[in-house]
Amino acid sequence: MKTIKPFLRVVLLLCGVAMFVSLKFPAWKILLEAPQYPEGLKMEIWSDHIAGDVNKINGLNHYIGMALIKEENFPEFKIMSYLIIAMGVLGLLVAATGKRWILWIFAVYQVLCGVWGMYDFWKWEYEYGHNLDTHAAIKIEGMAYQPPLFGWKQLLNFLAGSFPDVGGWLIIGASAIVLLVLAYEQFFRKN
Amino acid sequence: MKKITLKSIGIFASCIAAAGIISSCKPKKVDSALSGDAASKVYVAPGKYDEVYLFTSGGFSGQIGVYGIPSGRMLKQVPIFSMDAETGWGYSEETKPMLMTSHGFVPWDDSHHPQLSRTEGQDDGRWLFINANNTPRIARVDLGVFKTREIIELPNTGGNHASPFTTQNTEYVVGASRFSVPYDKQGDEAIAEYKDKFKGTISFIKVDKETGRMNLNFQLLVPGVDYDLARAGKAVSDGWVFFSCYNSEKAHSLLEVNASQRDKDFIMAVNWKKAEEYLAAGKGQKWAANYAHNVYDEGTHTATTTMEKEVTVLDVKDLPGVCYFIPCPKSPHGCDVDPTGEYICASGKLAAVIPVYSFSKMIKAIEAKDFEGDYDGVPVIKYEAALDGEVERPGLGPLHTEFDANGNAYTSFFVSSEIVKWNVKTKQVIDRIPTYYSIGHLCVPMGDNITPYGKYVIALNKITKDRYLPTGPELTQSAQLYSIEGEKMQLLLDFPTIGEPHYAQACPAEIVRKHEVKFYKLENNNHAAVVKNEKDAKVVRTGNDVHVYATAIRSHFTPDNIEGVKVGDNVYFHITNLEQDWDVPHGFSIKGANNSELLILPGETSTLKWTPDRAGVFPMYCTDFCSALHQEMQGYIRVSPAGSNPTLKYSTGEEAVSAK
Repeated sequence: MKTIKPFLRVVLLLCGVAMFVSLKFPAWKILLEAPQYPEGLKMEIWSDHIAGDVNKINGLNHYIGMALIKEENFPEFKIMSYLIIAMGVLGLLVAATGKRWILWIFAVYQVLCGVWGMYDFWKWEYEYGHNLDTHAAIKIEGMAYQPPLFGWKQLLNFLAGSFPDVGGWLIIGASAIVLLVLAYEQFFRKN
Repeated sequence: MKKITLKSIGIFASCIAAAGIISSCKPKKVDSALSGDAASKVYVAPGKYDEVYLFTSGGFSGQIGVYGIPSGRMLKQVPIFSMDAETGWGYSEETKPMLMTSHGFVPWDDSHHPQLSRTEGQDDGRWLFINANNTPRIARVDLGVFKTREIIELPNTGGNHASPFTTQNTEYVVGASRFSVPYDKQGDEAIAEYKDKFKGTISFIKVDKETGRMNLNFQLLVPGVDYDLARAGKAVSDGWVFFSCYNSEKAHSLLEVNASQRDKDFIMAVNWKKAEEYLAAGKGQKWAANYAHNVYDEGTHTATTTMEKEVTVLDVKDLPGVCYFIPCPKSPHGCDVDPTGEYICASGKLAAVIPVYSFSKMIKAIEAKDFEGDYDGVPVIKYEAALDGEVERPGLGPLHTEFDANGNAYTSFFVSSEIVKWNVKTKQVIDRIPTYYSIGHLCVPMGDNITPYGKYVIALNKITKDRYLPTGPELTQSAQLYSIEGEKMQLLLDFPTIGEPHYAQACPAEIVRKHEVKFYKLENNNHAAVVKNEKDAKVVRTGNDVHVYATAIRSHFTPDNIEGVKVGDNVYFHITNLEQDWDVPHGFSIKGANNSELLILPGETSTLKWTPDRAGVFPMYCTDFCSALHQEMQGYIRVSPAGSNPTLKYSTGEEAVSAK
């Protein structure tokens, strides 16, 4: 079996590097806007911690009984960096060896990571939005506060948005390119 | 196969691109832009008067701010519960008694709710009442002179918050305990005994029709919940006062959680005419008390404090027909009676609906004894029996409602930071508009009268944030003016305010200006130390006290040279402003005084106490620019060492003469 085209190996190398670089940026962001917060509130989700206006968001959300967002409640932070590092290593490996079967492992692995990541995120959002303290000051019949998985959603007076941040875009972009390279190598390249 | 795959790669790529684009799209926000004609609606040309007086509470400044509407220009700060060095309020000997309480001299308070006096349910522009929340008191401001003329302390009260709402003809202003407290054993009880031992009180302060003089006629002993806001009934509901109550859980710690548990708290309806009957029938108990009643006499320009020693208390659980509870969703704040007097709108600040009660249904329910039980001996009317309807999903955190003359209500929403206009009869929401930011109360001119003036609604905001040039960590407080003339509300103006504008009242300027006083007549000045003629000015020593009986007129003091004062003397400058013209106050200050200045209005006498701490010659001067020769309005006092024996001498424009 032929090795991957040299040009594409460079591309895959860059994709692997992008995975490493993504660790230096927040992966995802949750945005909140309301009339009294015209500048908006932002929570950043990194591969190993959360940052941004978490305390302000916690302060607001306690009225409606949402749980406090605390790093120690996310076991994901212990492994996410390693999962991304593994992607990077796979990228470097496939670039170095040019082996198509490693490219397959890389592609499948990153898709699995992506699916698991989004499912895990959704599951947390569901919990966070539905599991409300029964002693909350404000209780509104039938109201749940699950943030959107992707895009904007009105939650009472807050407009909530959920989007990839710089790190997330790097991973998504790199992953997309990896899939395109795989598709080309597997289906289009004349043997 | 190849074709399909190529296509799907294309689709895949465009999906990624689309995701990027979507993230920049977002639902449109409410348009907050000013429309073009806002500026002309708030423009008051130089030299022209505003249409409406707005009286805002100073909150933790303890004072009242006076503004012109629609311009939002600040006209005056009226000193009430806090010392004010600018005017000598609480510093001058005449005004010190105004801040006396049973706890001694209290230099500050937290003022919340201005209330205009009214006749037949309409603002009459005579007096403005305001509560002190911390050390419970009620003040009366005379709107002829914009000065505080009376402050009465409320005994048996913790936190006078639901106050001083006036009845239809200002028969009464009310006080109420936000914090219930124990009354037995001098109040020395364990806090854990809250449920059994703590009680609330509602004070009914009678207001004299002619003089405005206040008098604590009786107190109602009521269940130990927190009384928050109130409004008197009017027209059909005249004779009643409605109070909002929270903490029906009777929590005494971490109320933010523990007082938010029950789905319903209460509106308390009080039939004060019935209470008066019981009072006349001798059903009240006389309780020993000790509370200050401070009155400023405009004739003597002097305040006096009388310590009152007794109060009559009526226990509502023993007196049927005085007091009823109506369930109300979660921690109600506003409790507002519409212009017809028939509808009572309560705003549960944690609730998702605004219940509107019907007064006539409430009376029917009382007659039919349609009760769900009682709470501490007070009958609880069934919610549905008194309810006219609910405004469904109006917004988040409804706080307070006022009305226009066309059957519309305007409710402030703290959490969702907006004003919502709805129809009282249909309970349908008509319009909503954001406030910047987090509105507390709102004010429609005469919005709690039988015939509201309408035209504007003023948002009294809790947060200013980015609306003004920043001034460090502490920002200005602010209000916003909206037009309510059309079907849709329109933002016209932001304007800064003092302290925290909890609540405000407003009425057309002419109603207040009827009572306008331009200056005090010197001939009516009965101050004990008045000097009506310069030749009667004198300095008198009595032991260690030196009394300077002086005058001020453009542009000199008489006397302006004084000698013979010693270190450690108490020097009292009694200064009469001899001017008899509008807008000619004189100020008076002296170097090193551990005191403020005096600001003496035409025809008035004020006294500054000064205890010189060292020998020397001390300049004194006029602080309020009074004339072209204001800068020459100055004088000297010579202070000799303690233990010396100088001759007391004083003069103006000549060599000093010795005191007789």
